[in-house]
Amino acid sequence: MDVLIGQLFTGLSLGSILLLAALGLSLTFGQMGVINMAHGEFIMAGCYTTYVVQKVFSSAGVSLMVSLLIGFLVGGLLGAALEMGLIRWMYDRPLDTLLVTFGVGLVLQQLARDIFGAPAKNVLVPEWLGGGITIMGAVVPKTRIFILVLAVVAVTTLATVLKATPLGRRIRAVVQNRGLAETSGVSSRVTDISTFFIGSGLAGVAGVALTLIGSTSPTIGQSYLIDAFLVVVIGGLGQIKGTVIAAFALGLLNSYIEYSTTASIAKVIVFVIIVIFLQVRPQGLFTVRTRSLA
Amino acid sequence: MPDSRAIHRPRMHRAAKALVAPTAVVLAGLLLTACGAKDDDSTSGSNAASCVDTSKDSIKVGSLHSLSGTMAISEVTVANSTKLAIDQINAAGGVLGKKIDLVLEDGASDPKTFAEKAEKLISSDCVAAVFGGWTSSSRKAMKPKFESLNSLLYYPVQYEGLEDSKNIFYTGATTNQQIIPALDYLKQKGITSLYLVGSDYVFPQTANREIKEYAKANGIEIKGEDYTPLGSTDFSTIVNKVRTAKAGAVFNTLNGDSNVAFFREYTNAGLKAAEMPVVSVSIAEEEVAGIGAQNIAGQLTAWNYYQTVDTPVNKKFVADYKAAFGADKPTSDPMEAAYASVYLWKNTVEKAKSFAVADIKAAADGVSFEAPEGLVTLDGSNHHITKTARVGEIRPDGLIYTVWNSGKAVTPDPYLKSYDWAKGLK
Repeated sequence: MDVLIGQLFTGLSLGSILLLAALGLSLTFGQMGVINMAHGEFIMAGCYTTYVVQKVFSSAGVSLMVSLLIGFLVGGLLGAALEMGLIRWMYDRPLDTLLVTFGVGLVLQQLARDIFGAPAKNVLVPEWLGGGITIMGAVVPKTRIFILVLAVVAVTTLATVLKATPLGRRIRAVVQNRGLAETSGVSSRVTDISTFFIGSGLAGVAGVALTLIGSTSPTIGQSYLIDAFLVVVIGGLGQIKGTVIAAFALGLLNSYIEYSTTASIAKVIVFVIIVIFLQVRPQGLFTVRTRSLA
Repeated sequence: MPDSRAIHRPRMHRAAKALVAPTAVVLAGLLLTACGAKDDDSTSGSNAASCVDTSKDSIKVGSLHSLSGTMAISEVTVANSTKLAIDQINAAGGVLGKKIDLVLEDGASDPKTFAEKAEKLISSDCVAAVFGGWTSSSRKAMKPKFESLNSLLYYPVQYEGLEDSKNIFYTGATTNQQIIPALDYLKQKGITSLYLVGSDYVFPQTANREIKEYAKANGIEIKGEDYTPLGSTDFSTIVNKVRTAKAGAVFNTLNGDSNVAFFREYTNAGLKAAEMPVVSVSIAEEEVAGIGAQNIAGQLTAWNYYQTVDTPVNKKFVADYKAAFGADKPTSDPMEAAYASVYLWKNTVEKAKSFAVADIKAAADGVSFEAPEGLVTLDGSNHHITKTARVGEIRPDGLIYTVWNSGKAVTPDPYLKSYDWAKGLK
């Protein structure tokens, strides 16, 4: 029984991590149709932001909170810079954005290696997040609960921004029909940059959260990028709701399969399931009509 | 459905401009990562005749490590320690009256580059010996070059065993000098069951095969065996499995960044070194800093050398290294092996009274050196060296302290011929 519960929390926790990593991508890939291979490196930027912020604040708790904010800004600014400097020239050519952002990712990785060195950096976890709590016989690390809460907060905030703010309305308008939105006086340039800022900022936040469980090293982003793309594709392009469901479904699926097999085999089985699923529903769980890749 | 963006934002006239940007970025990325990986135009010297020049008052040797790329941080320290030994030897008068002239090359974390640079060092720089390599793949790439060009490589890192080349001297531990002593230690501590966790590639798979054979012969139960893809950072399920398995100890052959995630998860799940210790074979002083001493304090490692080894030779080695490369730089097992390599080469040359490869090979057996880890002696039959086995405990100060050592240097046995239980291993 405690195994079942333990794996349930493991799955939810893995799902929340996937969700954090994929949330920003569901904006920039799902809604903007840009294959941003540097998204993983924006996550990495969030990790290193935490490391740097921790050098300033002596309390790991304060530094974590400050890092969440600064991580969002760092990721966001990197994203905005990428959009303004490169992506704006190639919105109509998805394959080029793939190549270009892949190159940007390599540059950022090497930059991190040159600045911080290749071995992982140690980011301290606040005292109050140390250890775990026992729920029905299963030990759940507090860091994982924190990430779960953070993911829920991030999704709700993003959904609210998209639904209820003027910026959100503009983003949705541009996504659905760019021409009509522009004719109605919406600046698509500003909207594009803002969307990228928010999407990449969320990657930064994901990076900050990941320092609680994993390593802070130049290649950390790569381990999450593919999974993040999977989540967005399975969820259905341009769908926050789909992203959420896909993230938790993958997390749970993975944790239960991995428990009864091994990590490597679980990865294979999950991929096979995804391939079969995409045969049946190539458009993902949910879809809206957008100017997307499909 | 036509792409609306193409219709409403005609940008085709910018095609040329837009093409420049992606190309430039991709090129910049490749340049940055491949920095130093430039091909060398050295001519192939397929004739095995040595071009080593012994007529001058200096003799050239090569250092070939990754000074750029992923492996750089680990290997730069090893290259530094090679240089330290050479500087010391030069200051003391050199080898056979000749100063050592170091030719530094960069393998750039790429096996192909290692092979090319090895050929360059042997054929166009005409070095008498090369000190280098870290990953097994770099060694495997260089091996045929050293064999066909008949030169010498000193390889300083612990590895999976099951190899002996007449042109390579292995100065890191082989399995029976690291993994088996660690298992003996656990057995002696009364551990009757193990859980195996490793990265999914050659070294952990090979090591775990050996561990399982050992366990079968020694009445140790293997409670579980799990591999994760290299670089994996999600260990919650594995830690759940380990927790419910209630093994006596965990044998950890994870590599690189995975260790950080593993030990964080392990600590957070409430598992303690006192109840279920983890024995690691790939975590040295530098890695401890990255994992965070607070996450790993109390856990065990198996190596031949720690910075804290309490001998006068080691105190001098640590002090000299810190004086040359920075007070905050720790020394580690591969660095110590690299340092010993240079002295072993020097002692062999002096015994042979020659720099020729054939003479060195002939003279190698029994050559020894009082290394920081203790006395090491070359075994002429398999080209490995005797090494003192140690089990260490990681303390909150980030250093590793010996809790057990083999007392005397362990004879190398790369094919585990002297163990009955290893008969089935091939």
